[in-house]
Amino acid sequence: MRQVAEGSQAVSEAVRLAKVQVIAAYPITPQTHIVEIISEFCSNGTLNARFICVESEHSALAAIIGAASSGVRTFTATSSHGLAYMHELLHWASGARLPIVMADVNRALGPGWNIWLDQTDSLSQRDTGWIQLYCEDGQDVLDTTLMAYRLAESVNLPVMVVLDAFFLSHTYEPVDVPDQEPVDKFLPPFLPRFQLDTGNPGAFNQFVAPQAYMEMRYNIQTAMEQVPENYARIAEEFEIIFGRQYNLAEAVQCADAEIIFVTAGTTVSTCRQAVNRLRSQGEKAGLLKLKMFRPFPIDFFRQVLSGKQKVAVVDRNCSFGASGIFAQELRAALYHAESPPQIYGYIAGLGGRDVTPETIEDIYRKTKNADSPQTESIWIGLDQETVESWRN
Amino acid sequence: MAQLNVTDRDYFKPGHLGCPGCGAAIAIKFALKALGEKIIMVIPASCASIIVGPYPQSALNIPILHTAFATAGAAASGVRAALDLKGDTETMVLSWAGDGGTFDIGFQSLSGAVERNEDCIFVCYDNEAYMNTGVQRSSSTPYGMRTTTTPGQDWKKTRKKNIMEIMAAHRIPYAATASIAFPEDMIAKFQKAKAKKGGARFIHIFASCATGWGAPSEMSVKIARLAVQANIFPLYEIENGTRYTLNYKGNRPVEDYLKTQGRFKHLSKADVAQIQKMVTEDWDGMCRKTEAAPTG
Repeated sequence: MRQVAEGSQAVSEAVRLAKVQVIAAYPITPQTHIVEIISEFCSNGTLNARFICVESEHSALAAIIGAASSGVRTFTATSSHGLAYMHELLHWASGARLPIVMADVNRALGPGWNIWLDQTDSLSQRDTGWIQLYCEDGQDVLDTTLMAYRLAESVNLPVMVVLDAFFLSHTYEPVDVPDQEPVDKFLPPFLPRFQLDTGNPGAFNQFVAPQAYMEMRYNIQTAMEQVPENYARIAEEFEIIFGRQYNLAEAVQCADAEIIFVTAGTTVSTCRQAVNRLRSQGEKAGLLKLKMFRPFPIDFFRQVLSGKQKVAVVDRNCSFGASGIFAQELRAALYHAESPPQIYGYIAGLGGRDVTPETIEDIYRKTKNADSPQTESIWIGLDQETVESWRN
Repeated sequence: MAQLNVTDRDYFKPGHLGCPGCGAAIAIKFALKALGEKIIMVIPASCASIIVGPYPQSALNIPILHTAFATAGAAASGVRAALDLKGDTETMVLSWAGDGGTFDIGFQSLSGAVERNEDCIFVCYDNEAYMNTGVQRSSSTPYGMRTTTTPGQDWKKTRKKNIMEIMAAHRIPYAATASIAFPEDMIAKFQKAKAKKGGARFIHIFASCATGWGAPSEMSVKIARLAVQANIFPLYEIENGTRYTLNYKGNRPVEDYLKTQGRFKHLSKADVAQIQKMVTEDWDGMCRKTEAAPTG
């Protein structure tokens, strides 16, 4: 049924449809709506689940780890500082091979306190062994959350569904909320490969010597390597049932493009508009939507971008001392590609600052007029006067 | 054990990694005798996480969830929620943390869990410092103890945190202290905790650590007995946070206890007198609470 829903509600509806059994969460702006709606579902019986209102995000993920180890389908949601506070347990969840799904509403980290969009929270968790899927709009959020359970349970790794603060979490748009029946067909009940069981006692996550630790880590890596293939199969099934297609990355007008944007989240929509405008002006612009960030779909990028001239990466994040994180990853991915393109990195829209189609067009022109890219990312839209005033 | 109405069966197997005289190992043995095997045990980082066995071995015949240091209360809550959702209300969840995982880094998640009145038994086996990492002070370390982070003349000058009073302040259905030197009392308390199903139960076990306390391993149980006899670690129960029951009245001087352990050997006569004063104060307070509590 088509509804007008905000991104947060799209997450909650997916959790309901996925028949999640245990949810634990702690309030943090702007994630809060997600868990408020889920609380309501649990309270009014729409969802047969236990909602544990814990005293911190650290405990939220710990409780979910306990529940998932006991063989039930689980969910939590967070943002920025909450995700940073979970850091220890992000590693624990993947090391314990638990198919947990979590929504992270991308939000800036303080100081200064800032509740708006910034991708550095999730991207700085890239080495924790979580699959990361980024969403463009409300429909994408709902559908990705459903697919996330299939994906997580197929490889026994946790999945982070990432959505932009406010531009997505608090923005109302039409979302097709599917009926339960097709969802049940797509996502059958969770069949755990292992669970705490008094009838078959085992010790989970115990002390392990160097003789076996490395093999356990290698298994996580091989499971990650399995993800793109599994995702493709799951997305195909999803499309057959629901008629919507989600590739791990999407190429838009890339075939003849001279400059291709690469970005993730709602900025993808902005880029779509900018690409159309640029095309109408005779410019050969294209776009690559990055949906899956972990594992990084190296083969896809090599295939689409080899032989292209220029790529402009729009990062709403920064790895200080290096560059925008998407740009950094892309450079590494294309290093061994045949005739790799030039990669231009741009940092824009941190802490909720607007990135408009005009911003994207400006980036296009900067890229077009440059002979070769800088090593570092170029910061877009900085107020130089403010920057200078802080220097004195 | 037949005359105590306690099973002869041991759920804790030989071959575990406890040191000789390990109080924590004795505590696990008796707790499981009382609780049986329909348990899922949650163990945060601690001596216990080593004692019960490294991969691929286990000294326990029950499922164990090892979890991160700060998380026993939360992880146990998650296990409980999952069991309930699966319709399994019979299996108990037993959280088994040391003093670090209870008094310090695990304090917040424990407080959260007991405030929610989670249907779990939360145990602190207390050896009064971080023994697994080489005897560093915790907030359970008593006044007067020398540790590797309170060395020399900087021996600990603050009191041990009163975790039982904190649990009582959460008004949980049942909280009790127990000692490895009083197995019948400990087993009875675990049986009582088991029977009080439906809410949070907390058991604070005095579990001596011969290795960390500077005592011969054969003295472990004797030291624990002296702690009770000197009223340093009274045996008592608190129901619903208000109703106190004292299980044992000691009358020995603290010196009898302190002199058995290297960790206190630096203390002067005046220091010992100071500790005696503190213990007497605490004991008097405990007796007042016991008398003030409603009866019947």
